[in-house]
Amino acid sequence: MKHTLRQVFGSPRFVVGFVIFAFIVLLVIIYPIFVRSEPLGIIGQGTFFPPGIYVNAYDTVGSEPYTLKLDNAAAKRLASRLSDQQRLDKKDWLVAAGIPENEIDPANTEKLLEQWESNYDPAVIVPGMINARRNYFVRLNASLGGILATEAAIIAEMNAETNTLEETGSVDQTDYVNINDVPNKRLLPLGTDNFGRDVLTELVSAIGTSLLIGIVAGLIATTIGLTLGLIAGYIGGFADDIVMFFTNMFTVIPTFVLLILISYSIGQEQRGAVTIAVVIGFTSWVWTTRAVRAQVISLRNRDHVNLSKLSGHSTGRIILLSILPYIASYVVMALILQISSAILAEAGLSILGLGPKTTDVPTLGLMMNWAMIYQAQVLGYWWAYLPVIITIALVSFSLNLMNTGLDQVFNPALRE
Amino acid sequence: MPDEKNIYLSVSGLTKVFGFGRNNTVAVDHVDIEFYKGEVVSIVGESGSGKTTLAKMLLGLLKPTEGDIYFQGTKRDIRTRKKKREYWKNIQAIFQDPYASYNIFNKIDAVLLDCIRLRGDGKLPKKQKVELMAEACSFVNLKFEELTNKYPFELSGGQMQRLMIARIFLLKPKILVADEPTSMIDACSRATILDMLMRLRDEIGMTIIFITHDIGLAYYVSDVVVIMENGKFVESGPPDDVILNPQEVYTQRLINDIPKIHEEWDLSTV
Amino acid sequence: MSEEAILEVRELTTKYITRYDEDIYAVDHVSLKLESGKSLGIAGESGCGKSTLALSLMGYYFPPLHYTGGEIIIDGRNITGIKPDEVRKKILGNEIAYIPQSAMNALNPTRKIINFIEDVYRAHDPSKSKKEVYELAAGCCNVLGLPPEVLQKYPVELSGGMKQRTVIAVSVMLFPQVLIADEPSSALDVTSQKMVIKMLKNMMDNGFIKSMIFITHELPLLYNVTDDIMVMYAGQIVEKASAKEAVFDPLHAYSRGLMGSIIVPERGARDVELAAIPGVPPNLKNPPSGCRFAERCKYAHPLCRATTVELNDIGGGRAYRCILSESELRDIYQKEADRNAR
Repeated sequence: MKHTLRQVFGSPRFVVGFVIFAFIVLLVIIYPIFVRSEPLGIIGQGTFFPPGIYVNAYDTVGSEPYTLKLDNAAAKRLASRLSDQQRLDKKDWLVAAGIPENEIDPANTEKLLEQWESNYDPAVIVPGMINARRNYFVRLNASLGGILATEAAIIAEMNAETNTLEETGSVDQTDYVNINDVPNKRLLPLGTDNFGRDVLTELVSAIGTSLLIGIVAGLIATTIGLTLGLIAGYIGGFADDIVMFFTNMFTVIPTFVLLILISYSIGQEQRGAVTIAVVIGFTSWVWTTRAVRAQVISLRNRDHVNLSKLSGHSTGRIILLSILPYIASYVVMALILQISSAILAEAGLSILGLGPKTTDVPTLGLMMNWAMIYQAQVLGYWWAYLPVIITIALVSFSLNLMNTGLDQVFNPALRE
Repeated sequence: MPDEKNIYLSVSGLTKVFGFGRNNTVAVDHVDIEFYKGEVVSIVGESGSGKTTLAKMLLGLLKPTEGDIYFQGTKRDIRTRKKKREYWKNIQAIFQDPYASYNIFNKIDAVLLDCIRLRGDGKLPKKQKVELMAEACSFVNLKFEELTNKYPFELSGGQMQRLMIARIFLLKPKILVADEPTSMIDACSRATILDMLMRLRDEIGMTIIFITHDIGLAYYVSDVVVIMENGKFVESGPPDDVILNPQEVYTQRLINDIPKIHEEWDLSTV
Repeated sequence: MSEEAILEVRELTTKYITRYDEDIYAVDHVSLKLESGKSLGIAGESGCGKSTLALSLMGYYFPPLHYTGGEIIIDGRNITGIKPDEVRKKILGNEIAYIPQSAMNALNPTRKIINFIEDVYRAHDPSKSKKEVYELAAGCCNVLGLPPEVLQKYPVELSGGMKQRTVIAVSVMLFPQVLIADEPSSALDVTSQKMVIKMLKNMMDNGFIKSMIFITHELPLLYNVTDDIMVMYAGQIVEKASAKEAVFDPLHAYSRGLMGSIIVPERGARDVELAAIPGVPPNLKNPPSGCRFAERCKYAHPLCRATTVELNDIGGGRAYRCILSESELRDIYQKEADRNAR
């Protein structure tokens, strides 16, 4: 046993896979301890907030200001207000208005703005420009009002008696606040999804659920496969015929279709994570049964089994002690593969909307589902779907890597 | 010496057919034979002759398609597990490959303890069991104290085969079926194994049925030699008759094709 | 005496490196001389190094087998130290042909025999056209007693004996100098075995090969096939003699035990007591100092373990590895025979 463990952990592929998987599992366990927020709690009022640190603007105003003189502060401010597209649009208008093209540099914000400022006239009719585009430029001009201002922003309070705004303070352009003074801030490394939920927290919870589903389904499938395979392989005869009949039936019916049908008929309300796991488990045992049966058939005529019979052992004892240990390594590998495929099956179901209830816990597939429905990929909100894809890939990859490593350990012919 | 009056095992019309319809193979074809107490019988045949299938049927590991087996006069009935256990107290086997005969997950003690249990002595105090096991091991020139807590694959091939014989010593069956017991053993250790089997035969009057393709071995050790081809018995009788003076063409060709030392090996006949 | 040696091996030593980085010298300073027109048999039990010796003689080393020392000279040319790729192109098949155990399993079940032969020629002599190859192959078959229809068949249509004979025939189609056959007939029934042996002898008589090295653990076979016999034990040669001398008058205690354990179905064989040697061969990870057979030898002295024992050449092609002289050994054996007679 010890020797086997040493060999297993000596296999580089197994170790790499194991490390990745262990990291993911640890993340799932430790993260909720540090970040105590509801995975499905809606924190963003609005859809798809990009990743970043969200600092409460109201609090920054009230916090202690510090004056810092930093280079290029003004230029950066200007540059951030104009997107690349807007610059190009301005350039287009200026060119159409007669300014020679080589004098216009979209990258030079100040000069561009100066040129705009001096040349733009909403009344000028540029040949070939449609009305909608003209209105666009009017709006663009309006939005830039005050962009070149250097005065402070004024904070005014409404005086209840006189009904006028009275200045209470100002925020200079050189005022900075220490982020630690700001009480309300939120780090959203992966932004929010369309519902306004923190994607990272959701993701961690989803991994946990998906892993749970994968493990439960994998265990169920492997247990069924092992039992049926042992019975069919060892006892043979009529028992074998019955088991093979069911196995062949399940082979012919596409598992995924079966999964969809069962899932649909259970109905939205009944579909919890564990229910889905059980359903997946009960439909994916076919491959394991076949594989175990083949192994058992080759084992049952071996001398040590015959000797066991001659020593008067019962059938159950022979199966348990003379056959099972010989296929144990194979079964472990089958289990790992079943877990991997169960996770993928759940993801597949959920993407189609037939996964666990959407109001209970998130799963990896559900997150993909939401991203797809709300068109995150079309709109370019990568944080809503890319981390999920990477996670599914990593989980699957690490499990398969562990499996290959084990295969090399148990099957010397595959060693390099 | 074989006890002519005491028939341990007798077989009549024994047949085994594998497969169905047109694809069937007749492995053993209506075979009749009687085994007497204390007799050493060698069933000699090339691979595919059906001798291993016959052995398995005699042992009760394979069900015959046709024919009857009589054990000590009464028709053999091993349909229930209890009856099987009773039968296997009287007939045991040694197989060809010592490495494959053991469950690699079991320690040596377990193998011997199983035999003690089959004998019906499972309830004996531990000390007595250890004594029995030590006695069996010393019969085969193995030291039980050195073996305990070891796994079978830690021994050499010859030692493992001798351990099999220790099993037989514990069970003292009436009949032993030895399927190529020395073909995977080094030549130098063969004599020891054969010697031990003969000693057992002399001490307890055990019938030994050798299944082999080695005619030299059959000639050396048997009281009766039976030649088997394609499921049928071609010739049988004392070794001097069958091997030195074969009557059937198949037997003659078989003997002729074996390389000899004191006689000419004629290559032109092939 | 004046026959030139077609294969000469001097102090060849090769080792296996195990997974745990241990060195196991499976072939330990083996020297032999094979003369043109003669065949040499190598006898020994499992684990003595005879199969490793066969691989080493070709010079085709693969990890975990490594060459450590010694020389191999074929027809005057020293082929030691040649890279494996060169060995494959120039030596295998051309100079030395090697038939491993169960060589018949090398046949690809999905291709005909003639395709297999075409592959061999493509690797060694690409200038031959398919027609030429077929004619050569058919010619060989005729000489060696194989029906030419074999060429157009698939391996699954042939019996075990026929397959083995086919593979052996193919291995000598390039007319190598030496053929090394490792248990060519162990997996076959007696009749096929006889056919294989007949074919091997045929090959030598017809000039397909100049000499042959035949490796087996079956001594009656060696006696009938080879001119000389070499007995190996624990990686070393313990006795060299002509076949008759080796079987009927062995000098080394191990050879005596080995020859004494031969059982043949001949008159009088039932009355002879089979020899048995207790114990097992030593573990080559830590070979014992001195004589490797000493712990199992009936006639061992304390000196046997203390000194390294070299091969004692007593002329006439005979040699044995023991510290006792020839007359001392014969004396001991005679006394034993007298004791047994009483």
